[in-house]
Order: sequence, then C-alpha cells, then structure tokens
Amino acid sequence: MLEYTLRRLGLMVLTLFGVSVAIFLLLRIVPGNIADILFDSAGLVDPAEKQKIIADLGLDQPLVTQYVRWIVGLAHGDLGYSYVSEKPVLDEILPRIPITARLAGLALLFAVCTGVPFGVISAVRQNTWLDYILRLFSLAFLSMPSFWLGLLVLMAFVNWFGILPIYDKAPQTWGALALMLGVPAATVGLRSSALIMRLTRSSMLEVLRQDYVRTARSKGLSEPAVTFIHALRNAVLPVITTIGIETAFLFGGLIVTETVFNIPGVARFLVEAIRWRDYPMVQNLVMFIAIIVVLVNLIVDLAYMFVDPRIRLRA
Amino acid sequence: MAAVLEVAGLTTVFHTRTGVVRAVQDVSFSVEAGETLAIVGESGCGKTMTALSLMRLIPTPPGQITAGTVRLAGTDLLGLSEAGMRKMRGSQIAMIFQEPMTALNPLLTIGRQIAEMVSLHENISRRAANARAVEMLQQVRIPAPERRAREYPHQMSGGMRQRAMIAMALACRPKVLIADEPTTALDVTIQAQVLDLIDDLRRELGTAVVLITHDLGVVAEVADRMIVMYAGRKVEDGRTKDLFADPCHPYLQGLLASVPRFGAAEGARLRDIPGIVPPLHDLPHGCAFAPRCACAVGACRDTVPPLEPKRPGHTAACWVT
Amino acid sequence: MNDALYYARRYPLGVAGVIILIVFVLTAVFANVVAPFDPLTTNAKASLAAPGSRYIIGADMMGRDMLSRMIHGARISLAVALGATCIGSGFGAMLGLASGYLGGWFDLITQRIAEIMQSLPLLVMALVITASLGPSLVNTIIAIAIPLIPNVARVIRANVLSLRELNYVEAARAVGMGRMRIALVHVLPNTLAPLIVLATAQLGSTILTEASLSFLGLGVPEPYPSWGRMLSESAAEYIRSAPWLVIFPGLAISLVVFGANLFGDALRDILDPRQGD
Repeated sequence: MLEYTLRRLGLMVLTLFGVSVAIFLLLRIVPGNIADILFDSAGLVDPAEKQKIIADLGLDQPLVTQYVRWIVGLAHGDLGYSYVSEKPVLDEILPRIPITARLAGLALLFAVCTGVPFGVISAVRQNTWLDYILRLFSLAFLSMPSFWLGLLVLMAFVNWFGILPIYDKAPQTWGALALMLGVPAATVGLRSSALIMRLTRSSMLEVLRQDYVRTARSKGLSEPAVTFIHALRNAVLPVITTIGIETAFLFGGLIVTETVFNIPGVARFLVEAIRWRDYPMVQNLVMFIAIIVVLVNLIVDLAYMFVDPRIRLRA
Repeated sequence: MAAVLEVAGLTTVFHTRTGVVRAVQDVSFSVEAGETLAIVGESGCGKTMTALSLMRLIPTPPGQITAGTVRLAGTDLLGLSEAGMRKMRGSQIAMIFQEPMTALNPLLTIGRQIAEMVSLHENISRRAANARAVEMLQQVRIPAPERRAREYPHQMSGGMRQRAMIAMALACRPKVLIADEPTTALDVTIQAQVLDLIDDLRRELGTAVVLITHDLGVVAEVADRMIVMYAGRKVEDGRTKDLFADPCHPYLQGLLASVPRFGAAEGARLRDIPGIVPPLHDLPHGCAFAPRCACAVGACRDTVPPLEPKRPGHTAACWVT
Repeated sequence: MNDALYYARRYPLGVAGVIILIVFVLTAVFANVVAPFDPLTTNAKASLAAPGSRYIIGADMMGRDMLSRMIHGARISLAVALGATCIGSGFGAMLGLASGYLGGWFDLITQRIAEIMQSLPLLVMALVITASLGPSLVNTIIAIAIPLIPNVARVIRANVLSLRELNYVEAARAVGMGRMRIALVHVLPNTLAPLIVLATAQLGSTILTEASLSFLGLGVPEPYPSWGRMLSESAAEYIRSAPWLVIFPGLAISLVVFGANLFGDALRDILDPRQGD
C-alpha cells in the first residue's frame, strides 16, 4: 500500500518532468523569436533595445540553462514576471485560482449528482422510451459546443428574465452569488453530466449482467435492493476512475465558459496570455493545469484503493 | 413420502431475432424431501433454463414461461405474484451457481452476504443474522468461520467460495436446493468434497436437491433419481441405478458409452455420439435426437415420441426401444 | 445488402446520423454551387440584416450572407474533422501497434509519453500547439490531431496485447511465422474494427475542438468562414440585437457533431460491442 503510493508519487514526478520539458520546448519552437515579437509590438527601433530585451529574458542563454532556471524558480515559488503586466506571474495567477476552483467544483458536483442517477435509470430501464430519451439528450448535450451552450443560456437570461448572470467581485445577495456561479457551473457541468451518464449507464448494464446480480435475485431481494445494494456499488467504481479524465474534460469547457461569462478565472486567463504571447505566463499556467490533472488522478487512484477491497486487501 | 417439488408441463421460450427458441418444453418431474434428483444433458439442452424457470429468474423479456406448473409444498410458484415469489426465493427454494468466482458480490463480505439472506426472510436482529452467518460457515466446514465471515470473496479459494455459496443458500433452511453444475468450475479433489458436503447437508436438513450436471460420474455418485434432457425435452426418467444398468433411450445409451470406465476390456474403444445438438430454434419435426440416432426409423422423423413407461418406474421417449 | 438493411432497421438513429453526415459532406463539397452569395463579399447596407427573403438566416456585421458563410464553413469543419482524425488515428494506430507488439523499452517510453500528453486537457494542448505553430488551417489540423494520438495508441495497444494471447496468433508463432508477418497478417486486420470505431467517435470531438479554437480566436484565420469564429466573442454582444448570428452557426456545429456521434454509437454497437462508452 505504502509502496504503491510511493511508486505512484514517483511516476507523478516523472510525468510532470516530462510535461515541463514538453511545454518548455513547445513554446520555443515559435516561428520568430519572442524578443522580435515584443520588440515589434513595443514599437521600438533601436537594436540595442532588442539586445536588452533578450538579455532581460535570459533568451541569450542555452536552452538547458533557461530550463533549469525556470524549474529552480518553480521550486522556490518564483515564476518570473509577466511580459504584459510586468507583475510577478504568481501574483497574477493566485487570486484567479479560487474563482476557477469554485466553478469547477460546483460543475463537477452538478455533473455527478445528475449524471449518475440518470445513468442508473437509463440502464435499469434499458430499451424503454425513458432510456431512449435520456440517451438522446445526453448525446445532444455532448454534441453542443460549450461556448454555444453558454451563449444560449446568456440569451435566455437576457431575453426572458432581463438579467445577465455576469461575474461580480463581491455579490451582494445569495441570489446574485448563485446566479453568477451556479449558471456557468451548470452550463459547463451539463456536458460532463452527459458524459458521466453515459459511463454510468454502460457500467451499470455490464454489472447487471453479472452472476452476482442473479445470485442477489435468487435470494429473494427486491429489484430496488438488487440495484442499489448489489449493482450500484459495483457500477460506480469504474465511474470513479474516470474523474481524472472528467477533470481534464471539464477544463476544456471552463476555458470557453469563463470567456463567455466573462469570469476572471485561470482558464480564461490562459487564453488571454496566449493571445498576448505572454510566454512566462502560458508556460506556468499550463504547468499548473498539468499539476492539477495529475494530482486529481493520483487522489482518485488512492481513493479507489480504499473503496475496492480487491485492491485494498491484495497485499 | 410426498413430493415436495412437483413440476408439470413446464415450457419456457425465448423470443430472439432468429425466431422462438424453445429452451424448455413440456418438462415434468418431482422430487421428495431429502432426495437428490439429477438433471443430465449436454450443454444447451435446457438444464439451466429449467432451473432458472423453477426460480422464476428467466430474464423477461426475451424469455417467458408459457405453460406448466411448479408446485412447491402445494403452492404453485408460477401462479404467485412477483412479491409472493420473492418471499419464496431463498427461504423455500434456493439456488447455487456454477461459477463461485463470479456468483458472489466482490464488494461485500461473505458474512454480510449470508446475513442479508437471513435478515431478508427472518425477523431477527442484525447481530443474530451475523451470528447465523458464522454458524452456517461452520456448518459448511469452513475453518475459522468468524474470520472468514469478515473476508471478501476474492480472499477465498474457489472451493471455499462454493462452500460459502452453499452456506448462503441453505441459511434459511429451504425445502429445495437447486445446484446448477456446482462442481464444474472446481478442481477434481475439491469437487468430491463439495459434493459430499451437499449430500451430508441434504441428509441432515432433509432438503430436496435438484442437481444439474453434465457429469455422469457425479450423477452415479449422489443422485437417487435422474432425468435426461435433450434439446429442451425430457427424454428419460427413472432411478439412477436402473438408468445406468439399462438405459432405454439411445441418447443415454450413447452418453454412457462415451464415459471411460474402470474394468472395461483392454483395447475397448470409447464411442462418441455422431453429430451435434440441433439448434433450438430449428428442431426437426419428430424426435430431436433422430438425426444423430443409429436406430432411428421412419416414425422418429415424423412425430415426437411420447414419454411412456418402459420398465417399472422408468420412462423414456423413444419409438424404437 | 441484407445485413445493411437489417442494421438500418435495428439502428434507426445510426441511419439518421449517416444522413446528417452525407448532407454535411455534400454541402461542403458543393459549397460553391449551393451557396446563394459569395461568403466573403461585404455589403454595408446589409449589416446585421434580419432573416428575410433575401438573407434567409440574416447577415453579419459586415453584411455578409450568413447562410453562404455557413455553407462554406462546412468545408473548414470537414477538412479539420477528416484531416485531424486521419492524422491522429493513423499515428496513434502505428504507435499502438508497435508498442503493443514490440513491448520492451519502446512500449515503456511510448506509454510514458502518452501519459504525459494525457495530463493536459485536449483543448489546452491544442491551444498551446496553435500558439506555438501560429494560426493556419494546416496548423489547426495538426494541433487537434496531436492530442488524439495517445488515446488511439492506448486503445490499439490494449487490443494488440489481448490479440497476442489469442490461440491463432500463438499458433502462427508456433509454426514459425515471422514477427512482422504475424503483425501484418493476423494482428493488424483485427485492430481495424476498434480503430474505425474510435476514429468515428473522435470525428465529433475534432469538430468541437476546432470550433472552440476558432471561437477563442486561435483557430483557422480569416478569410475562411469557420463556424466557431462566426460565434467568436463579439457574438456575445449580438445575443440581444441579432440572435440569428448566435443561433445558426451553433446549430450547424451541434447538428453535425450530433450526426457524427449517432453514427459513431451505432457503429460501435455493430462492430465492437465490448468497447464501452
């Protein structure tokens, strides 16, 4: 158990190392030097100014030195300075994290609370009109782009209720808070919910075919007891393992949803940083996202060990 | 002694894409308390479907029991409501399955799964139900039953799991135990132990046992009476001893000839039955065995032979013998 | 033929998906013929014209006909969907086949790389790649194809690993068939079904990713009329004044992706019933 945890931690560090190298190199195969871009966009003409920019950014150093400098800084919490705002990167990122975290947490909660029950209903009522409708809706939601769904929601609110669920730094009422967080969270969560529903359904169908479900029926248990005591637990396990994937999936939705709803979170900030070619910011933001995904995966795997006795008691 | 389980004219069909599959057709038999009846046949002959029909566990749709009665101590199970049938399952008629690996829930402890059966059918406290679970594990000769009750299925060997299944099935003292190939998935040495266990418990508790198997060796060892099924129909019925000594249906004759025996003349060859079991959705008009039968005559291909007494207490469905 | 009819009756939704996809492909191919206007010609007088007899679903800010832009936009979606799916699935399948079949250090390294790639959300990776390559149609296709590779490689690898254990592969090995020959004759054809299923399942997600990238202004650049960019940020300003600018491009994306998903689901049920959602 401890050994497994340690091995997983080791692998995690290895993966993150790989991610950091990949991001680092990816952002340095840009056609045209970053210095050129900054130089042009600043409207400068003096070549000495350009040399100064290059030296300031450490771009005259070999790649390895640049990489090591970044990683050492990362370990000390020194992420460098934004090209755009010239503030420390960390100061820019930190205040945005809780905004995105709340949104993501709410969205995931919404997705699980709707996806799992509907998936179970759909499986138990397989091949009935209810099943068809649920499946059709989940597929429809998965086919809509998140940002379009967000725009439709905005449109509905504006036209029907005359209000805009726009981000407010300090919402005055609970209603305002629910509106500004709940609506975007449900919008992002809807697609995850559809995904979870489909996963739960197929997992549940698989479990309902198992021998132990027949055994449970042969004991004289009622259908609800068979479903909830014997089938559901087994069916939810594989769904838990996909929460890591869910988080990554959710993040894609957050990027566009934060943009649509104008929420100053981490996800939208990444797009802004890319557009402004603020490379220190992009590099660190992507690294941050990778750390989150990898951490969630680790936590899910460890949690899974506790839930499934077959793994917990193997040692 | 009166029969505790009486099955008459049981017919179960499945509606599939290729047509109606008659999995069980007009099957009748009875079992007395404390008796072991074996249902014998090749895979696909309808043995398991017969067993699931008795429990009313046929998946519906596509399956459906279309005719017959199943009387358990006088009550017709097929006439009960679903709720009424649930009360019977486990408490009056219980079943153990072929695969002890997959027939137990991997996420619940053995003790919990047995206790669940007890508290479902008897009005007793959780603690008493747990105590009964341990007691049952002891009765099926599992060492250290208190500890084993707290373990999960994956922590046990196959034989141990099948014992736990038996403990669960017998926890409410059912009148009838259906054992569907209970030893097929086990090692040979474990097979004998499990069969002995079922036999001992039958004697101790007076349970009627319906043993479903394709293994004639097992039948010879434990069954008082046997019925032979072929392509969904019963083709022969009688005391095990009589059927082994003097099989009337060419199918059983063929089955017995294909089993190796001790003391057979040296150089004697085992015989096989040519051909394969016909598909159940496309059975021949007459006797389903006729296409594989060496002694088939014209009548065999036209009309299904009725079951008729051939010897005292011994019936078979064959036009020739 | 009989089989096709049987499946058509059995999977009516799959048929609906195929019809949607056929209409989509025909629209893209014959865009020049079908579109009533040139998608790029601006007309100041028609700025934000409401749907009517001339502009059936309205005109955008620059007075360009929305319907014509959407018809031409189908080309972008089709190019991206086909391009990214083919590149991603092709490379993924080759890597998966090699790493499942060769095993050893090659497998170990590709597995680690796949893990590294999968620790980034698809859209984030596509964003970073487009940012680094610069915006163009080809770069967008590449940026969407690369994140697909590890997924495909993993599924194909798992498939190859289970195939290796099968009796007929063992038998081929036993009679002395060469490794390369076994891989090509016995293993490759049997990975085709899951590969086709996976590729179809990804058609929809490539279209969605392209739309998201273009929506964020980092996808296919002007002058190509991309559905995603037609909805780009400024569209939020039109939700009150010109809702047709928001509704129709999104509807087009959703419908095509829905068609692809319906088809993909039916195909999975037919070809590979074991592969879960």
